[in-house]
Formats: sequence, C-alpha cells, structure tokens
Amino acid sequence: MATNEPRYRVPVPNFRPGDEPDFSHLNIPAAGDAKRPSVDVEGRETTALALGMVRVLDHNHQAVGEWNPELDPDVLREGLRHMVLTRVYDERMQKLQRQGKMSFYMKSTGEEAVSVAGAMALKNSDMVFPSYRQQGILFARGRDIVDMMCHCISNSKDNLKGRQLPVHYTWAEGNFFSISGNLGTQFPQAVGWAMAARYKSTDQVTASWIGDGTTAEGDFHGALTLASTYKAPVILNVVNNQFAISTHQNMAIGEAPTFAMKGLGYGIASMRVDGNDFLAVYAAMQWAAERARNGHGPTYVEYFSYRADAHSTSDDPSGYRPKTEARAWPLGDPIERLKNHLIGLGEWDEERHEALDKELNELVVKSYKEAESFGTLHDGPLSPIPSIFEDVFEDQDWRLIRQRQDLGV
Amino acid sequence: MAKMNMIQALNSALDIAMENDPNVVSFGEDTGYFGGVFRVTAGLQDKYGLDRSFDTPINEAAIAAMAIGMAANGLRPVAEIQFSDYIFPAFDQIVNEMTRLRYRSAGQYTQPIVLRSPWGGGIRGGQTHSMSPEAFFTHIPGLRVVIPSNPYDAKGLLLASIENNDPVVFFEPKRMYNGPFDGKADGALASWANHPKGEVPEGHYTVPLDTAEVVREGNDVTVLAYGTLVHVALSAAEKSGVDAEVIDLKTLTPYDIDTITTSVKKTGRCIVSQEAPRTSGFAAELSAQIQEDCFYALEAPIYRVTGWDTPYPHAHEWSYFPGQDRFINALKSVMEAA
Ligand SMILES: Cc1ncc(C[n+]2csc(CCOP(=O)(O)OP(=O)(O)O)c2C)c(N)n1
Repeated sequence: MATNEPRYRVPVPNFRPGDEPDFSHLNIPAAGDAKRPSVDVEGRETTALALGMVRVLDHNHQAVGEWNPELDPDVLREGLRHMVLTRVYDERMQKLQRQGKMSFYMKSTGEEAVSVAGAMALKNSDMVFPSYRQQGILFARGRDIVDMMCHCISNSKDNLKGRQLPVHYTWAEGNFFSISGNLGTQFPQAVGWAMAARYKSTDQVTASWIGDGTTAEGDFHGALTLASTYKAPVILNVVNNQFAISTHQNMAIGEAPTFAMKGLGYGIASMRVDGNDFLAVYAAMQWAAERARNGHGPTYVEYFSYRADAHSTSDDPSGYRPKTEARAWPLGDPIERLKNHLIGLGEWDEERHEALDKELNELVVKSYKEAESFGTLHDGPLSPIPSIFEDVFEDQDWRLIRQRQDLGV
Repeated sequence: MAKMNMIQALNSALDIAMENDPNVVSFGEDTGYFGGVFRVTAGLQDKYGLDRSFDTPINEAAIAAMAIGMAANGLRPVAEIQFSDYIFPAFDQIVNEMTRLRYRSAGQYTQPIVLRSPWGGGIRGGQTHSMSPEAFFTHIPGLRVVIPSNPYDAKGLLLASIENNDPVVFFEPKRMYNGPFDGKADGALASWANHPKGEVPEGHYTVPLDTAEVVREGNDVTVLAYGTLVHVALSAAEKSGVDAEVIDLKTLTPYDIDTITTSVKKTGRCIVSQEAPRTSGFAAELSAQIQEDCFYALEAPIYRVTGWDTPYPHAHEWSYFPGQDRFINALKSVMEAA
C-alpha cells in the first residue's frame, strides 16, 4: 500500500473482506418515530423525514406509529407470498443460469419489500419505470411466471423476441415500462410519462426506481429538476442497497447525510424509509401516490436496504466486502420481518410458512418445465431469425430488406 | 517476455505508465479497489495509492470532464468507461470540449487523456454490452481512436496512447480479452497462451500510433479489419483458399493510408469490415478514401462486411455478428466480380 495520504478524499467503505462488519455506527431512528404529515405538505417541510427514517415494524415485529398503514392480514399474507415468490424465483433462475440455461441473471435478494410493497400500494393502472432489480413488481401485478421465464431464457415465447438481456423485462399490458440497461435514463422519462398522464387528464401516477449508485448520473438530477419544475404526479425512488457493483454508497452520497436529503434542494417532498420493512414501504408509497393523485406533486423516496447477494451472475462480492456483512445488516430481512409480524398477530405460523415455501418452489419448478417446452437459449427454438430485422422501424426500409436477404433468412 | 492475455497486457501498460510518470492517474467505475469489472486495473490502487487509482461515482460525463480538468492542469488521466455502450453520457464532453480544447485555445491548453473502454460483441451481452460505437468517435476532429487486436499491441498501443499529448479513445475488444476469436461461435475457446502475440515484453515498449500492420500477406484481395474482426478475417482467409492480404488497422483515426493504398494497388480488390451497423460506419470512410486513391487500380467494387442496421440482438447474436461465413462469401464475391 502506498504510504502517502491521498491528496483528495476518496471514500472507502467501512469494511473490506476479512473485516468483522459492525454497523453500530449507523444511526437508525426507532420505529414509530417519524411523523406522518398530510399529503399536501410543502416539500421543504419534509426535512425531518429526509433526515430520519420512516419505520413501522419495531424490534418486536409490532406495527407502531403514525405511518402504520393498518393493513388487513389478507393483504399482509399476499405481500408475504409475493416476496417469497420473488426470492424463490430469483434463487431458481440463478441456479439455472449457472447451469447455462440463460446468459445472465440479477437477483433482488433482501430488497423484495421495496418492489412488492411499493407495487401493492400503487394501483395496477399506475405506471412503473423500474430498474433491473424490481422484479417483485411483476409478481405483485400478477404477471405470468412462465412468460417471465420465457423472456429470461430468450426462447420462442419471449415477448421481447430475444432482443434483451434476461431480467430486462417489458410488459406494457401491466403498465410496466421497458427496462433499459443504461443506468438512470428512465428516471426523467418517468416524469415525461407522468406529464402526459396529466395532459390526458387521467389520475394515473407514475413511479420509477434507480439504485444509490445511479443517483450520480446526470439523469437523476434531470428527473428531480423536471419533477420539481412541472410538479408532475411522479414518485422517484432510490433503492439504497449500499452497493453499486463493488462501490459503496458513500461514493455516490458525497457529503450528504442521506440520499433523501438530495431531494430537498429541489423543494421536492423527500423521505427516507426502512426498505426492509414491508409496512413502511407500503405506507410511504401510499402517501406519495395519494399526494401525486391529488395534484400535490412529486415525492422522492430513499429506501434504506442492503443488497444481500451479488450484483449479478457476473459478480463475486467476496472480492470487495466481508461475506458476513449481509447477516450483520441491522435492518434484517424483509421476508423474516413480515413473517414474524404476521406470526405475532396470530395470523401466520411456521407450518404455513413452510407450506408456502414448498408450494412456491413447486410452482417455480413446474413453471420452468413449461417455459422450457417453448425452447431455451442454447437449444432453441428461439424467435425466428428474421425477427432481428423487425421493429427497427415501423416498416423495413430497403437496407434491412437487403441485409435480411444477405443473411439468407 | 511473458505470456499475457489482453487484460494482463493492459494492466502491465498501466503499471509501467504509472511507475514512470507520477502524473498518470487511473479512475473509473469499480476500477479502484476492485480493479475493474474486467480486472484491467487490478492491483494499481494497492501499488500507487488511493489518489492515483480510484473509483468514481457513476457519471460518465463527469468522468470525462474530470479527465479534461486534470489533463489541462498537467496530469495524464487514463479513465475507464465500464462498457463502450455507456460512453454516450460523456459524448458532449468529448465532442465539444476534450477534442477542441487545443484548437480553440490555440494550443494554450492540451488534453493528454486516454479513455479506455471494453468494446464490441460476442459475449452474449445484449444491446447494452455489445456495441461498437467507434464511428461516432472517428467523426470527431482532434480525436484518436485506437483499437488493438492482441495482447502485444494492446500494451504497446496503450503506452503510446498515454504518452501521446492528444486525447485517445482506446477501445478494447472484450471478446478477445482472454483469447483470440475466429468468429465461430460454437468453436472451442482459444487462449492467448498459444498465440505469438500473447508473448509480451515485461518492460516498456510502444507500438506506434497511426500505423497499420499487414498481418497476412496475399496478392488477390486486401481485407481491412480492426479489433475482433482481424482474427475472423484471418481465419476466413485461410479457409476460403483466396490469397488475401489482411491488414490490422490498429489506429482508426488517423488511419494509415499508405499501408492501405500500397496493398490495394497491389491486389486490386478490397473488403472493408466492421462489427458495427453498416450505415455510416468506419468501413464507409475507408471505402470512400480507397475509391479516391486507388480507383484506377481497382478490379472489383469494394465490398463491406458489417453488422446489420439493427440494435445488437441478444439471442440472435451470431446472426448479427459478421463471422467467418460472411467474410468467406465476401472473398468469393469480390474474386468473382468483373
Ligand atoms: C450509464 C451506465 N453506466 C454504467 C453501467 C454499468 N453498471 C451496471 S449496474 C451498475 C451499478 C449500479 O448500481 P446502483 O445504481 O446502486 O444499483 P444496484 O445495482 O445496486 O441495484 C453499473 C455501474 C450502466 N449499466 N449504465
């Protein structure tokens, strides 16, 4: 190691491989502490929410405080089911990727509450612009699992005709935009969609999600500027899972105390939320959606969470962080926490949970068998080869027609 | 001499440049502690410290702009753009600032910058990890575009680029980081260990910029290629039975016109190639210039072997990629033409 002190500050994470992770330095507000303002509050009055943290589930797994959305146990069980399904699906797909069944995969382990509770608090008619780590939205919106898998294995039934990397879903029918691999680009696009929704006099709300690392992109600032200028009915979400591939969130956050604080400079209502707390995520999204739907403008939300697994199947996090870090994460696991809450309510038990796990594992295995019957990336059938020349334009021009002939298909 | 793959060769070039010149700094997304998603900058932070090899926030425009400021103030930044598909947020800084600073300041400020970026397809990366965007950059005055095709050249060209006083976009054919690729998707994975260009001197050397190399001599047709397609063209030439001369361009702008025209005047036929979409690609520039300079020596139209005018497809990657068959067809066609 070079001995000289660095001549400018280059942020480094607190823990590297081999270190004993200790998160006692994190100042995590207690559940129930945060006040819930009315949905027409001025953005600048949300400083306490941006610095603090909306949390509902306390350490005894009880729901406390003003943000408790007081959901019916049926809704909680539904949320649990979607989260478990998301995790089981991710596990299975990762295994299949390792077996060479698909080119690439990205899990959302540890972040299931962000997408599932967020989607459940929105209407299915609301528009979403997710990143590649919000597959939970698809389960919450009831997308067919076989169709999802057919996309991931790029077979003949892939609704994207094999054109996109796995996990980069598009599902217009479910008001789910086409996921881009280019970070941040869709944050300001979501504002444009939201403005068009207003233009058409619908009460549709638009939500978009990016990661903590992506807040460094210019498009992040473009989105906040637009949302603030046009008071668009949009919910801009940052999932702070602590990492951007190998880079710790402190590389993007700079001197700001929280990512949520960055919204206040734009005068946007901003809050930080315990991203592993299903109830807090639900309550925040519900608040933001009501605010947007009633014409009070945008909300910007940071979800404090932890990326419990690798960035993608191309990544091995043991090269840059301690293996034990995920277990040491003080905000726990979103599935465990909702499960324990339901058990505390007397609305759930271990046997039912095991049965759910088993049922969903079987569902995923069975779905994959069905998906494979439509082909796999390596053995086909794929979407017909000439389809690579389709959808470039509405109609094929002479160049594409010639090139297709050159290819002999 | 040591056996190196392209990653090791590039890493060695960076190491030597940083060792020799304290003003050389290396940065990019995940390039510091982790050493880059392809490991090209591995070990540099440990050796040269946090402020000489560091991670950046995810903002390609800011990465390019930071390099501009640093270079104007005396450093020699080597910045990595994680994939060339993600270089576009930096485009404004490159087009309007980096490449014009020398000109608009009448030489008062200069830009000794290298922007390195993994480039090209063939790794099932889908449309956001497969692009060959070089033509966007060859169109910019004041910018060098360099694309090596093997470990020996990669190291020598990177050192030459870092030591050069003008900005360079240095595209690294990622399909060939670990071994040459003959364009046959289902063939066995090759390694640089058994390839003559995998023999790399451990110390300092440069491979000249703006200079092409005849990598296969022949008399019947000249094939121009760069990056991944150099090896595809070589394999196709072997298999086709055509006596083709293959030229590895190495530097796209400014390209080595003498080597090209000497060859085309000898063979009288020419194929130009690129993995990028066909229209307005770099091959079109080559074709136009060869036509101007060699018209009376040409015995057949100049043929192009290229990708299609579509985004890079994921599942049908190998129907898009200009592989051996497409080169062989072009070789036959150009030989059969009047
Ligand atoms: C414009 C652009 N630059 C770089 C990349 C490469 N890249 C893909 S994901 C990623 C990290 C993103 O981290 P974060 O925003 O925190 O989201 P997370 O993956 O943690 O969910 C990077 C650098 C990219 N996809 N797009």
